[in-house]
Amino acid sequence: MSNNSRRKFLKQSGALLAASTLPLTMVELAFGKGSEDTFTFAYISDSHITQIKGNKFVRNWDRGLTRAVAEANLLDPRPDFVFYGGDIAQLGKPEEIDHGLEILGALRGKTHYVMGEHDYYVDLGDYWRKQLGPDHYSFDHKGVHFVVLNSILTHESWMHQKWDSGMDRMKQMARLDNPNGQPFMVGDAQRDWLKKDLDKVSKDTPVVVFSHSPLQKIYKGWNFWTDDAEQVQALLKPFDKVTVLYGHVHQIQTNQIGNISFHSAMATAWPWPYPATYRQKASYMPRLTVDMNRADPFFERDATGWQFIDVHSGRADVNYILPDNTNRKVVFDEKAGHPVDTKYQEPDKRIPPQKHF
Amino acid sequence: MIKKLAIVLVFGSVVGGALAAPLGLPPVPVPESNPQTPEKIALGDKLFHDARFSADGKVSCATCHSQAKAFTDNLPVSKGFNGMTGTRNAPTVINSAYMKTLFWDGREPDLEGQSKQPPINPVEGGLPDHGPILAVIRKDSDYVEAFKDVFGVDASTINMDHVAKAIASFERTVVAGDSPFDRYYFAGDEKAMTPEQTRGLAVFTGKGRCVSCHRIEQTQALFMDNRFHNIGVGFKKIRGKEALTAEQFLHDKRKGADVDVTVLTRQNMSELGRFAVTENITEVGAFKTPTLRNIDKTGPYMHDGSLETLADVVDFYNNGGRVKETDPVSAFLSGGIRPLDLSDDEKSDLVEFMKALTSPDLDRFTKR
Repeated sequence: MSNNSRRKFLKQSGALLAASTLPLTMVELAFGKGSEDTFTFAYISDSHITQIKGNKFVRNWDRGLTRAVAEANLLDPRPDFVFYGGDIAQLGKPEEIDHGLEILGALRGKTHYVMGEHDYYVDLGDYWRKQLGPDHYSFDHKGVHFVVLNSILTHESWMHQKWDSGMDRMKQMARLDNPNGQPFMVGDAQRDWLKKDLDKVSKDTPVVVFSHSPLQKIYKGWNFWTDDAEQVQALLKPFDKVTVLYGHVHQIQTNQIGNISFHSAMATAWPWPYPATYRQKASYMPRLTVDMNRADPFFERDATGWQFIDVHSGRADVNYILPDNTNRKVVFDEKAGHPVDTKYQEPDKRIPPQKHF
Repeated sequence: MIKKLAIVLVFGSVVGGALAAPLGLPPVPVPESNPQTPEKIALGDKLFHDARFSADGKVSCATCHSQAKAFTDNLPVSKGFNGMTGTRNAPTVINSAYMKTLFWDGREPDLEGQSKQPPINPVEGGLPDHGPILAVIRKDSDYVEAFKDVFGVDASTINMDHVAKAIASFERTVVAGDSPFDRYYFAGDEKAMTPEQTRGLAVFTGKGRCVSCHRIEQTQALFMDNRFHNIGVGFKKIRGKEALTAEQFLHDKRKGADVDVTVLTRQNMSELGRFAVTENITEVGAFKTPTLRNIDKTGPYMHDGSLETLADVVDFYNNGGRVKETDPVSAFLSGGIRPLDLSDDEKSDLVEFMKALTSPDLDRFTKR
């Protein structure tokens, strides 16, 4: 349907509504379901703002977030809103969250937030929620149902055991390769909430879910992992089109499991290596993932970035904005039934910086 | 007959290939579509210096790219037609043959395209189009003869492509290496640089972090990377208004505004840098890495000519892309720029090193 004919249709349908009851299918069209309505939102994640002392913060992480915000503000036309994908802070201190929010405050337009583990484990998210509101919620926008989950929870017994201090608990989760760390999960209570929320949504409504952890099982050692991923996926399975957008992994990952497309977000702070580089432990990187280019260490913004997402026909196309490297785009291929990188998906299109580590 | 044959033999070996280069430089790339010949080079030289190709009859290529000033004008920003100033510092022509893009924002991919632009820019040559240039050439019997000799065309069929090719061929001869650094680094002459300059090289490749963009390779050094970076120069003009400026620029561009004109006449939009060409969000305020060869002769510095001396430049980098330590940092600053914490000695050694990049015989261009 072209823009002109759509506007004409909507105008006429308004007039007709006053005169008679429309057939069900026309009502559905009039209310946007299955329409070609498109919109764009920006998605910034994983700034890991780190306090050194007083009002001194790690310069590199500050610069990464500042730059992502400034670049997102250049989007023309304006995005409908912005998502922040978790880990504003490094140790979840109020000073870090406030400093990060001060930088994010320069964003133009509404910003929605996801809880990350680096925001959560020092005080189980109290300060973050005080500043930002609930850590799981949903809303509707132009025919799409958006869901935000707190996916970095872990076993109750571990979270609430007697710690010398909340910071001790945080440091267990903030460390990489920590044998005393715990796997992420959404948890029973939140899955119950999610089920009730989704029960109200018709199955042909596109659903976009935001989490910090992958809602998949990729690599347990670095918590590229969600212990109850299968249960969450089962709740999403009845829908025609589902997209999961997640942070935490600091790299481009792409996957399709059944009806669910998965896209990771870049970090603005620093990159992670791909788990396969740690050969001692098994990892399950999605086959659809095209590795990022190897970073040039001279440029501290290389292998970091942010993204904007074009939503059309209920599908997400992810535009990765990569300062000091080449931007990338991952779009849903309706014929193939999964996302593809527009330039590098075919193995013979890979370039040396994507293959040599 | 023998003399003519010898000339053909000498240049025949490089037609469609590459020209030999002085110490420290790679062979000069020459496009197949525009082979070098002595006659074409001489014609290009003459065209380069012809001030009749501007609206007021006072501006030639050499006005802003003067051979006596290392092919710049030593002005912060250049003066064109009627003394009007643009927004950009004139880059040197020396070694421009190696550049993969031309202009500070890289909006031209080759020398042939570059020379067509300034004559019709309102703050440079001030001509409405290329018509007046061709009119002058077609009425000048020396030019008519030269173009027939070089391109095999008569007066009525001389066009701007021919003019641009000749100028580009001349520019490909403006090559200078064999500096004290080259003799030290590539020829192994340990006495070619002073102790200060030698220490400065260590700063350049180490703590100063210069070499990542101003590159030195194993057998040659162009001191550039053919890339674009926002190092923090000039952004104050649009600070806090980057999004608004970009929106206005894109709006004008989509309505047909000429990028060449906009970036040389609008102070604010000029600071969008490479973004003006690519519309790539990550290239706001990014400008091309200039070569450092002969940098001691080509001041003042930066795309807007805002830094007067090499010492000022070193201080700017030492402060992480700021004139003063208390200045704000550009939100779009390249990830390669950060405070360096150089000592005073390291800074002065670095300045001395850059003086070692001056070629010894720049006078030969003036005596031509």
